[in-house]
Amino acid sequence: MVVKVQGEDFDVGKELAALTEGNWAIGGMTSFVGLVRDLGGADALKAMTLEHYPGMTEKMLREIEAEANERWPLEASLIVHRYGRLEPGDQIVLVATASAHRQAAFDSCAFLIDWLKTKAPFWKLEETRNIGARWVEAKQSDDQAVDRWKRQDRAAAE
Amino acid sequence: MKILYFAWLRQKTGIDSEDVVVPEGVSDVAGLIEWLKGRNEKFADALLDFESIRVAVNQEFAELDAPVGQGDEIAIFPPMTGG
Repeated sequence: MVVKVQGEDFDVGKELAALTEGNWAIGGMTSFVGLVRDLGGADALKAMTLEHYPGMTEKMLREIEAEANERWPLEASLIVHRYGRLEPGDQIVLVATASAHRQAAFDSCAFLIDWLKTKAPFWKLEETRNIGARWVEAKQSDDQAVDRWKRQDRAAAE
Repeated sequence: MKILYFAWLRQKTGIDSEDVVVPEGVSDVAGLIEWLKGRNEKFADALLDFESIRVAVNQEFAELDAPVGQGDEIAIFPPMTGG
């Protein structure tokens, strides 16, 4: 289990190679990369600044990663999350999970990114070309994405 | 007690971190927020809506009835928007 919270960019290829290096029990790896998006139009984005709560951020990411490792038989897992000022196209977050079998890798990677959005203390400040700076509001769809995992838990328990 | 403010709560209160001595009788998160709201207009405005703020006590998410004490680190922030 690896958690990195950093200002600098990351090299996806190098991170993934390091994650699986030397572990031949791994049969598959899933990775997710989050990018700074600009949909253009009236809200065209100039930059996005990510603020976080040092200490609690690392703690929550470690807890979420431990939870994924409890739920699925993972051989390796990684969360890299950046903070600071980023521009459209920049990488924000990398989540990767590796297991003997693909389904555990797919499911645990989706679980991690869904949980991270609602549990890790990060906040995005958008600088738009026309409106100026504004804090991104939490999305109901993010809560619903997490609820999906809770429903699966209940179904499994029944 | 140390109190940290993040994102628009930091901007609205004008403070990112402060050490405070709370009066006796302030023993939980709800009581602390009520006390902070009474300090000045900025705090009253920033902390107006319980629904739009989240609180952590010693880096753990906390409900309104969670106990708070002098040695604690309290953080007050909006719902998270990472990922």
